[in-house]
Amino acid sequence: MTMPFYVAPEQLMKDRADFARKGIARGRALTALSVRDGILICAENRSNTLRKVSEIYDRIAFAGVGRYNEFDQLRIAGVRHADLKGYTYSRDDVDARSLANQYAQVLGQTFTHEMKPMEVEILVAEVSTEPDGDQMFHVLYDGTVNDESGYTVLGGEADSIAERLGQTYDRDWEVGDAVQAAAAALSGDERTLEADDLEVAILVRETGRRAFQRIEGDELAGLLG
Amino acid sequence: MTLPLFEAGGDPGPNFAELLRSTGLVPPVPDVPAADTAIAHATTVVAIRCLQGVVMAGDRRATAGHLISHRTIEKVFPADHYSGVAIAGAAGPAMEMVRLFQLQLEHYEKVEGKALSLDGKANQLGMMVRNNLPAAMQGFAVVPLFAGYDTNREVGRLFQYDVTGGRYEEREYAVGGSGSLHAGTVIKLGYQPDADADEMIDLAVSALFRTAEEDSATGGPDLVRGIYPVVAVIGADGFQRVADADVEARFRALLASLENRGGDSQ
Repeated sequence: MTMPFYVAPEQLMKDRADFARKGIARGRALTALSVRDGILICAENRSNTLRKVSEIYDRIAFAGVGRYNEFDQLRIAGVRHADLKGYTYSRDDVDARSLANQYAQVLGQTFTHEMKPMEVEILVAEVSTEPDGDQMFHVLYDGTVNDESGYTVLGGEADSIAERLGQTYDRDWEVGDAVQAAAAALSGDERTLEADDLEVAILVRETGRRAFQRIEGDELAGLLG
Repeated sequence: MTLPLFEAGGDPGPNFAELLRSTGLVPPVPDVPAADTAIAHATTVVAIRCLQGVVMAGDRRATAGHLISHRTIEKVFPADHYSGVAIAGAAGPAMEMVRLFQLQLEHYEKVEGKALSLDGKANQLGMMVRNNLPAAMQGFAVVPLFAGYDTNREVGRLFQYDVTGGRYEEREYAVGGSGSLHAGTVIKLGYQPDADADEMIDLAVSALFRTAEEDSATGGPDLVRGIYPVVAVIGADGFQRVADADVEARFRALLASLENRGGDSQ
């Protein structure tokens, strides 16, 4: 009879966290900013079809970095959760906080119980009528939830991007300012990002029911200047 | 409420109705015949093609047996940005069907990242009507009209259904509900191909007015309470409801023209 090797729980968790972090760091980053016109989400993404940023519900958006198939599965589960909740109760009862908690449960469970943790970081954002009411929940691969205010960065090199963004960030920005600042922060000093390299969407503050709008093509190129 | 995650094999995809089934939220089919209970019925709705797309309109009355049960219900709804649905039949199941249909279209669009084609939407609604057949046999029939702007072909299109889910595309106009015979005749006489939306709104208003005179289940304009039919235009810029003040003005103009002729409407 063979005995499995003993691995200390600390070591096991550290190995899993390192594995997830490595996977996430390989991908390109994204940033979300709460500004005057709404919550702008800007991702570095060369694909026009495989989305990192999507609509979940009337005033809620989702963004993910890391392994595409894993965060896309979470995105679809989020849409289902929101639509079922809105159908069962009312549209007003669907909120970002409860969804972020659900995501945290699933990610935490997978991190400790499954063969492999999910190599993703996700953002659940909900726009309010006032900038102070905006909510952004940043959920990590192990289920840690961070309640962010102002701006947040997900993915590889998040710290240096956040530092660049922090130097200029102003919550009174309009969409154009926010897009330019986000693109500059994501690219760094050595390169520039064009409209084709970015996936941009906004949760518009003043709007009808569905606040989520993509900013694409000529419109995006115009804003980037 | 937990996060609905599925194994790859049992995933309902972008189908909201299937998702409801797999989570056990589907409402049960009534097994009591409706004849024993007076339930609210929604009545006359019309849809007419025009140059810009489609005009849809519906009166505001719901009846239960010989009584008027509601004066202000709405029967014309946006289904999504480019389409609308109008309902006639048992009001409760019809409202639920509209709600599910709206959710289904939005759910598909969000999950797939792309809206259904107009034909796809029309087929979806046909499937929902067909699924309602057991209830229809108990007297809870729902017969919708579906109209939308086809962004691929750049024309307005409209569809009629029967209780079995049969889907029939109409080229000129479609009518539904208790007053459909009268409304259909008025529209048939006034219809012109490629007419402006403005003229077809007037035609729809006139059709509802004439129908209300002949059919007790169809409500006319209520000038005292300020209740007017719901009228909407669906075109390249989406579903736009015509303002109540505009509809009121059209009714007042219609009434004035009848007064000048000494009230000919016998």
